[in-house]
Amino acid sequence: MTQFSVPWLPRPERGNYGFPAKAVVAAIVLLVVAAVFYWVTNTFLGGRPVAMLLLVAAPILVAIMAAAAAFAVSTWRAWGPILFKTAPFLLIGAVIASCVCVWAANALFEWAREDLVAAAANDPGATTWFNGPLTLDEIVSASPALLPAWISPLIWPLQFPLFRDVVSMTTLIIFFTIVPVFVIWWERKVAGRIQSRLGPMRVGGWHGWAQSPADGIKLVLKEDLVPKEADRILFRLAPYFAIIPAAAAYMALPFGVTYVFRDLDIALVFILALLGIGVVAVIVAGWASNNKWSIYGAMREACQMVSYEIPMGMALLVPVLCVGSLSLREIGEAQAEGWFSWLAFSNPFAFIAFVSYFIASLASCKRAPFDLPEAESELVAGFLTEYSGFRWALFFFAEYAAMFVICGLAVILFLGGWHSPLPASWGAAWGDGILARGLKGVLFSGPIWFVLKGTFFLYVQLWLRWTLPRIRIDQVLYACIQVLLPLTMILVLGSTLWVWAGMSESGAWTVFDRIVTWVLGVVGMIFALGLPAIAAYGFYHRRRLVGSLVIDPLPGS
Amino acid sequence: MFARAKARGSGGLSAQAKACGSFRIAILLVLTGMVLLAPTGSVAWATDDAVTAEQQIGVTGAAPPGGLLEPILFYAVAMTTVIAALGVCIAKNIVRMAVWLFIALGSVAMLYFLLAADFLGAIQLIVYVGGTLILLIFGVMLTSKSPWVRFEPPKLELIGAAVVCGALLVALCVVLYSAVWPETEGVVPGVSVADLGRRLLTTYLVPFEVAGVLLMIVMVGAAHLARQEK
Repeated sequence: MTQFSVPWLPRPERGNYGFPAKAVVAAIVLLVVAAVFYWVTNTFLGGRPVAMLLLVAAPILVAIMAAAAAFAVSTWRAWGPILFKTAPFLLIGAVIASCVCVWAANALFEWAREDLVAAAANDPGATTWFNGPLTLDEIVSASPALLPAWISPLIWPLQFPLFRDVVSMTTLIIFFTIVPVFVIWWERKVAGRIQSRLGPMRVGGWHGWAQSPADGIKLVLKEDLVPKEADRILFRLAPYFAIIPAAAAYMALPFGVTYVFRDLDIALVFILALLGIGVVAVIVAGWASNNKWSIYGAMREACQMVSYEIPMGMALLVPVLCVGSLSLREIGEAQAEGWFSWLAFSNPFAFIAFVSYFIASLASCKRAPFDLPEAESELVAGFLTEYSGFRWALFFFAEYAAMFVICGLAVILFLGGWHSPLPASWGAAWGDGILARGLKGVLFSGPIWFVLKGTFFLYVQLWLRWTLPRIRIDQVLYACIQVLLPLTMILVLGSTLWVWAGMSESGAWTVFDRIVTWVLGVVGMIFALGLPAIAAYGFYHRRRLVGSLVIDPLPGS
Repeated sequence: MFARAKARGSGGLSAQAKACGSFRIAILLVLTGMVLLAPTGSVAWATDDAVTAEQQIGVTGAAPPGGLLEPILFYAVAMTTVIAALGVCIAKNIVRMAVWLFIALGSVAMLYFLLAADFLGAIQLIVYVGGTLILLIFGVMLTSKSPWVRFEPPKLELIGAAVVCGALLVALCVVLYSAVWPETEGVVPGVSVADLGRRLLTTYLVPFEVAGVLLMIVMVGAAHLARQEK
């Protein structure tokens, strides 16, 4: 990386400060506007917080951003190289910082809520915590011991549900965007390693970290082609059918007990329904393209999806049976007591159900070895053949986002959700202070564990994709209808009987149940430690493994 | 019905088709008006964001504040439903019809979510939207040879359909305006899934099982019919 040229930013020549000058002027104007508005709000509107926020804070913020942009562009030569050297760390830092911000907002809300709700209930005035805006003074006076005065402006916006929704929605959208960008780069690295290559190495710097953003920019800049004979409306509509359900599924996916946008009573059914809708996009895209490869891809996806939804739903019934709830929060919370309380180890049927769910979920989000709808070797690119540019990218965004949702479901339903392998009860004696909460959030249960486990299963998906060959469509259907479907039916039946036997509360059964759980837990532990160990061994000895793959020279060469 | 769909070039529509189109538009404008003029009492049932938050943390007693967002959402979704339903009738292409139907049923599911009937909404998504999926597949299979197949029913069928639809419209209007809508103050208690399941397996066990047996018979019959062609 010696030369840096970024096409979308002007390279400032000596004496050419057109944009920065304009930005500085705009910043000054905005500051003047903010000052005028400040005077107006104070004089005529009595300094209302909302008016202040909209009329004063927003122009100031924009002015600061404009000034910063002006400064940045005018000194681009100086900081450009530094930025490119440090960009991966900056990116990671930004992600971590945004996580910390969300965590802080959530913690602040959790922390202030009880006191303020109590205070608002005691308050004879008309305003309550949820039923009308509390003023800054009311917040300070509500709980003077707990809340220092300077923190009340931070708490003030949290009383509005709309504000809390905007915060959590922004977080979800950021996550939804980061997951595909990260996973696509990672997938290419994993593919490279598995095929004894290096994968992306050049874009950006460290291991081609900028490959995905660069791809994104390329896709946005590409020509937006719609075939002449295609159904234009449906062709353009199809990517939205793909992306909307995938994004909406995050709405009900809990990242932690309180880290969920809407804690639905039927979150599991909701997410399954949304994942099922995603197929419509594939069929519409395939049909609207008016291309035989696209149609083949779409019809394959249709029959694959329609058949694999059944074993997937049946396998998901097993943890639902064990817990007795469809709420993902309740199912997750039922597994708080460490490794051996995770539902996958609760009985042998659940253990097998986990495996069959994982297989069926691979098929339902069309990952290899079930990636028939876009089989490159047979169908050009299947239903994606005619797509290009950002529409194509939207399909991939949806696919990778759905992959994480599916891994998240597997983690919540079978593998402890947001709980760590350590029992949460160990931290019960630590109290409820802000520090203890933070520590417990890292050690025992918190969104970080959910994301880590989900990412691990994403890795397993990538790994399978580059290891297993694609299977034929008749094998796909055979595997579903003749293997997975009867198997999951047996699992549901067996699990029901197991839960029923547990309800009798006989001593012998309890002992037997405990022994089975321990055995399964140990087996699971061997898998959980053994798979990364094998991967690490392979990575450590990669040179030797590559050396053993030397191909004999062809005869005559 | 599908057998009558005939291939035609992508050129202009015939005079008859234009007449049919305007006829259907007239019917659907009436339907649109009906939905928009319908008693808006149902809007007040829906829970507000604040109510959801209250329910989550168990604060009760406070009346939900009337949010502006919710009527806006309701009317937006209702308009989407009506426009998509219009689209089903006006579209001449089977796949497009199915897509419009998909949008219409999806918006109905959104209405359910807006009215805090989460389970109903999710089931609507699975059952009806999934059913539309199959319709879509049929559409694709029927029209994949020439994508511009147009669906134009003869006039007689149109008249019959208009009579049936008009009767339904009148009946629905009568029901809509004569029904006594329950009005509740404050938070509407949500129906829990556990409660629903318990009712299905106790009080309504027989209808539930009968419906299951009926579906089973339908499936066996379909399989039998499919096997006949040898």
